[in-house]
Amino acid sequence: MATTDVTQGRNRPARPTIDVIGWLRENLFSSWLNVIITLALLFVIFQLVSSLAGWLLTAQGWPAVVANLKLLMTWTYPAAQLWRPQLALFLVALLLGLSAGVWRGIALGLAMGLGIIFTTLAIPAFFLTPVAAQVSLPAWLMLLAAAALVAGGYFAGVAAGQRLRWPLIIAWLLLYPVVILIIHGFGGVLPVVKTNLWGGLMLTLLLSVSGIVLSFPLGIMLALGRRSDLPVVKWFCIAYIELIRGVPLVTVLYMGSLLLPLFLPGGENIDQFVRAMVAVTLFSAAYLAENVRGGLQAIPKGQAEAARALGLNTLQSTLLITLPQALRAVIPVLVGQFIGLFKDTSLVVIVGLADLLGAAQTVVGQPEWLGTPGGVWRETFLFIAVIYWVFSFTMSRTSRRVEQQLNVGKH
Amino acid sequence: MAASAPTTKTTIPFYRDTRMIAIILQVAFAIVVLVGIWYLYTNMMAGLRRVNLLPNFGFLTTPAGFPIAESVIAYDPSMTYGRAFIVGVLNTLRVAITGIVLATLLGVLIGICRLSGNWLLRNTAVAYVEIVRNVPLLLQLIFWFLLTKAFPRVQESVNLGGLLYLNNRGVTMAWPEAGAAYGAWTPWLWVGLIAGVAFYAVRRYQFVQRDRPGVALPWAALIAGGIVLVGYFVAGLSGGGWPLVLDVPALQRFNFVGGLTVTASFAALLAGLVIYTAAFISEIVRSGIQAVNKGQREAARAVGLTNSQALRLVIFPQAMRIMIPPTTSQYLNLTKNSSLAIAIAYPDLFYVGNTINNQTGQAVPVILLLMLSYLSVSLLTSLLMNWYNKRIQLVER
Repeated sequence: MATTDVTQGRNRPARPTIDVIGWLRENLFSSWLNVIITLALLFVIFQLVSSLAGWLLTAQGWPAVVANLKLLMTWTYPAAQLWRPQLALFLVALLLGLSAGVWRGIALGLAMGLGIIFTTLAIPAFFLTPVAAQVSLPAWLMLLAAAALVAGGYFAGVAAGQRLRWPLIIAWLLLYPVVILIIHGFGGVLPVVKTNLWGGLMLTLLLSVSGIVLSFPLGIMLALGRRSDLPVVKWFCIAYIELIRGVPLVTVLYMGSLLLPLFLPGGENIDQFVRAMVAVTLFSAAYLAENVRGGLQAIPKGQAEAARALGLNTLQSTLLITLPQALRAVIPVLVGQFIGLFKDTSLVVIVGLADLLGAAQTVVGQPEWLGTPGGVWRETFLFIAVIYWVFSFTMSRTSRRVEQQLNVGKH
Repeated sequence: MAASAPTTKTTIPFYRDTRMIAIILQVAFAIVVLVGIWYLYTNMMAGLRRVNLLPNFGFLTTPAGFPIAESVIAYDPSMTYGRAFIVGVLNTLRVAITGIVLATLLGVLIGICRLSGNWLLRNTAVAYVEIVRNVPLLLQLIFWFLLTKAFPRVQESVNLGGLLYLNNRGVTMAWPEAGAAYGAWTPWLWVGLIAGVAFYAVRRYQFVQRDRPGVALPWAALIAGGIVLVGYFVAGLSGGGWPLVLDVPALQRFNFVGGLTVTASFAALLAGLVIYTAAFISEIVRSGIQAVNKGQREAARAVGLTNSQALRLVIFPQAMRIMIPPTTSQYLNLTKNSSLAIAIAYPDLFYVGNTINNQTGQAVPVILLLMLSYLSVSLLTSLLMNWYNKRIQLVER
């Protein structure tokens, strides 16, 4: 059926044009079995869609979602300080836009995805009642501004071209500490916002980004250690990686929550957020190590040998020759790991943090909605499921496209 | 590099000798790691000594005093913590094994649907995979659990043909159980089984002797099934009653009597794990089948096999080799993910461990036991799957 085979260019047979009836016959009603399958599926889908649509139209729980948007997004972060997470968001949007202009590739895909999400979200946000006593920008204006920053950054990036490469790389490296600084404050210029006030989508994003960023040094060291010629180092790394990969994340979080305070003097003062962050980092490092190891194995041995021949020592050849190539090769896998982590951070509910899922559970339990027939859990969980879905789906699609591009480049 | 003159053998200082450097580095590494562990350990012991909770496994033999909602083995609160922990392990194994079997079946089915020629079927499967994969499992589990809680009370259970009842406590269904003539039937079961196995072995031997391919398994199954079925009727008609009777649940005042009851927690956990893992398995199945050389299918069609025969006899056995390693890691994920049961109150290993810790305050032993249990289950699964993988790998010269 598919006519993709590369026969002699000019003499390729003309692709048969198929009309609607022909398409239906070929794709839906090609045999008796297919007729039955199609009709049965149509019936099931019709039932599902009609009952879902009927429920959506009559659902009475939406006020619970609308009234708690702030709780779901940023939990109890002080309303007067809300401009700080917003500023962080703008920074990310701008950097992503600039990178999209300079590098295209995965950055462009992500920037386009993010820009589309921001713009689409701005439309419903415009019609919703604004969050009470909100000092900062209204949500719709913030979303549009972020989308504009992505777009503006893209054009600026295209205009500036490769000159921006190094400044951008440095900016990305500084982004994580800067964002944490803005959101936490650390008592310098900005007033401190304690981590027990953090939550909602903001916490989910911060935790998953922390998990990937902070686990990078440890993960790379573990990956290199596992390939090391020194048996003591090698077996230690293998033991660590396999131990962590053999137990569920919940037990690691549990360990972070119960044992971390015991391990360090004065550890009782470590707050839940940091405990969860340490646990997620230690957990993520083991998986990152395996992914990076995959990349290192894919680098031909000749690269290291050539580096040796040029007089680089082991450290130089690893840091300057093998590692950069390996990391570039595993970018799509790392995006996949990030998606997994983004979904897995929902487990911090179990150790008592209020991430997006935890915030939703709180909303469902609020006494105001007890009178709503059937409760408000369907609406609330559907809402956060859509948020999770949009983020993971966009990221996985983008990484798949990049993977295809990388594969095309290889052949 | 080491092209210097042989006479310099004794003149190399130890700090330039790569072997010495390796040893020094490793010793240094070991010292750093040990000192780090020792530091954490002494801190922990000092802290625990302050609150008078030194790690001690003695609590395992003291009475647990808390009830567990469901258990495979006999359990009541007067039994020990050790027993409670074993109940947790068995509950984890129960949901993991059932989940692995069901997720494999559903995953293979959906994976094949994704390759169907039927546009609607193919895209329904795509929609399923894309929706399920991109939403956190914990959210799905809580959703299923709340859905079971939204079912009617026991007294107003949803009745499906009098054989299956759905209510907010779970699912109660009719289940076969041994009847009066079961004892008369058991010899037939054994004879059927032995006859089937013997037939299979003999036929396989003959095929190998004649060096010809052939089908033995369906015939062996038919023979075994036939003997068992004949035995069922003989035993049933000669004595009083049938060997197996259907235990139909009956609604009493407060609950069902008879039948098999699956709790809401277990049903929700199983549904969530199966639906989530099946989405990943279906992707493995799809890519595994697609990875088999196209010529194989064409050749199978050319020698006259039908489409389904080609899939069953030619494509699938080859795709299996590609599919086993990633499927193994999905099985491991399912087992590890069953620890999320704590969010929906299914008394699995982690749930029981958490309760024990809350009651005794023995965090360190409990965490050690938890990690050891999960590690052993993971290692056992890996070993089994690796053994199976070795068995079906292509034997090459």
